[in-house]
Amino acid sequence: MDLEYTESEKEFRAQAREWLVANVPRGLKSGDTAEGFAQHVEWEKLLYDARWAVVSWPERYGGRAASLWEWLIFEEEYYRAGGPPRVTQNGIFLLAPTVFDFGTPEQQDAVLPRMAAADDLWCQGWSEPGAGSDLAATSSRAKPDPTGGWRLTGQKTWTTRGAFCTHMFGLFRTDPESERHHGLTYFMIPLDTQGITVRGFDRLDGDEGFAEVFLEDVHVPDEAVLGGVGEGWRVAMSTTGSERGLTLRSPGRFMSAAENLISLAQSRPDAATPILRDKIASAWIDAEAYRLFTLSQVTSIVAGGSPGAQSSLNKVFWSELDIRLQGTALDLLGQEAELDGAWTRSFMFALAGPIYAGTNEIQRNIIAERLLGLPRK
Amino acid sequence: MYFALNDDQTALREGVRDLLTGECTPELVRGAWADPAAGAAALWAQLTEMGLPGAAVPEAQGGLGLGACDIVPLLEEAGRVAAPIPLVETAFVAAPLFAAAGLETELDLLLEGKLLVACALDGSPLVPYGQFADRTLISSDASAGRSIRMLDAVTTAAAGSAVDSIDATRAVLSLAGDRPEGVRLDLSPAQATAAWQRGVLGSAAELVGLARTLLAQTTAYVKDRRQFGVPVGSFQAIKHHLADALIAVEFAGPAVMRAAWSLDQGSSNRDRDVAMAKALASAAAERVAAIAVQCHGAIAYTTEYDLHLYAKRVWAGSRCWGSAEWQRRRVAVALGL
Repeated sequence: MDLEYTESEKEFRAQAREWLVANVPRGLKSGDTAEGFAQHVEWEKLLYDARWAVVSWPERYGGRAASLWEWLIFEEEYYRAGGPPRVTQNGIFLLAPTVFDFGTPEQQDAVLPRMAAADDLWCQGWSEPGAGSDLAATSSRAKPDPTGGWRLTGQKTWTTRGAFCTHMFGLFRTDPESERHHGLTYFMIPLDTQGITVRGFDRLDGDEGFAEVFLEDVHVPDEAVLGGVGEGWRVAMSTTGSERGLTLRSPGRFMSAAENLISLAQSRPDAATPILRDKIASAWIDAEAYRLFTLSQVTSIVAGGSPGAQSSLNKVFWSELDIRLQGTALDLLGQEAELDGAWTRSFMFALAGPIYAGTNEIQRNIIAERLLGLPRK
Repeated sequence: MYFALNDDQTALREGVRDLLTGECTPELVRGAWADPAAGAAALWAQLTEMGLPGAAVPEAQGGLGLGACDIVPLLEEAGRVAAPIPLVETAFVAAPLFAAAGLETELDLLLEGKLLVACALDGSPLVPYGQFADRTLISSDASAGRSIRMLDAVTTAAAGSAVDSIDATRAVLSLAGDRPEGVRLDLSPAQATAAWQRGVLGSAAELVGLARTLLAQTTAYVKDRRQFGVPVGSFQAIKHHLADALIAVEFAGPAVMRAAWSLDQGSSNRDRDVAMAKALASAAAERVAAIAVQCHGAIAYTTEYDLHLYAKRVWAGSRCWGSAEWQRRRVAVALGL
């Protein structure tokens, strides 16, 4: 047991804190609106120029070759300083780990530097009208073009920031005879390719951050395939591990939210009834418990382990703690919770947590079947 | 940063686990229901051979000189088998107190395995294991640094009366009415508070161990039990209950180990960290016990089946050393709420 960070990690924290406190922007519009997205991209470019955009990546791609510990520290400091949600997250946290694992050197050179610099902005093209939790029901298809490359046809939906992004990664069925998990292939697609139509639509929280992406006989080159034809499920599952686990929602985000909740209660002592104080303490305890769980998980990863299905534990825990935390803030606000303010927005956004990245119902199945060994049927 | 047991800690834990798995069987726990003193004595003799009474006593005073990070995993093992013995009270609370307060007679007896200790350090009249403990430690509120006093068995027997716990192994004594004076231990308020914190942490560790056993038993049962022609564990409703149980345990465990670290380091946050650990451990154990009963169905509602031995230990013990709500209030105060 050693729960202290090293001197060099503390130095890394001090550097990150100093830069973030001086540079984190205030008052950006939501990154899930057209105007706010442009503001967030400017912020991402500032992060990139100071080499804070992708700290865990190799230096040649704009990172600092930071360890997992340092990445956790950066995340803590980022949210502690009030940094805004990362509009680049689906690229840098979901696609990038997959490109590092499965991409050719040429693909890595083509994709990663532009992603880090926020020149290319990536959205995730997984959900379809008929394939939500049941990702293996993917019916968008790709067939080989006689002149080379592939022809893609189909529809993706609920694509976060799809109307603002420049690129999309997603699964397509390359073997028309295949079913379920077989015969799928992982593609990376520029959204300005001919035959693609993107239609934005409003989300529950009022932002226009969703999109439908229609693909009609869209030609992409062979280099658009990541990780081999027919290997899409295996490649995609490596991304879901990242999405459910650490990288999408690090503990720093919830620790910062819990601290903000405590400040809110302190600013409204009359509203902070004993029952609400109990809920606030619970929210803080849960955020801290998530941090501690993560520390033990990262200890195991650093020693060569893989979180595997354990990432489903993270996902259920952080998404449900977020709802409890944000809901408690609304209780403190009382009638003001009706107004379109930051906490109410956060509460509505939190409701998406148990849905995206695989619904929590699916996660609980995974936990029961893969971690406890209960029978599938 | 390294948040895991080291090799020595793992080896010690496995040694204790092997011993307890072999010795502290459900049959032994059942036996302790009939005769709590005999059950505790049998197990204590085994644990004494491993040196456990002196685990938290400095080596210079004849102990093993282990820290909370070494001992907490062992207490979790004791919880796992529902060891019917005041292990936390004797080895983790009293032994280092006797060493600190210079009670050499008591310390020597304890190290030889001849002394079991009961505790009621929060002013409660109820003393678990008080019916057969050789010494009882009482305080009106050790968590606030109030003095700790020691009663011998004759005094407790004269002043107290046996009451029925839902878990007979706990042999609860009630000291309602005029409490005897006893001997005041020569301790600072900080030492009294530290003793309280060790009790809270030890209790949290045992509860995590109990929760793990309840979950393991239930998992095994639902894989085996068939209804509608299939194992009931194939039903999503059961899967989701057990997923929730696993989440509760897995997020309490690290908090308990972190509290051990905070105690060993003398961290300024140790009181908050210990309170948080107990809040999570009590809540997890209570939740898992409820899920275990529900997922077993009617067989859980019998005493012929072993599950109740573990579930009742949870219900009897999870509010001792501060309930989840009590501990959350302590965290809230530490957070400035």
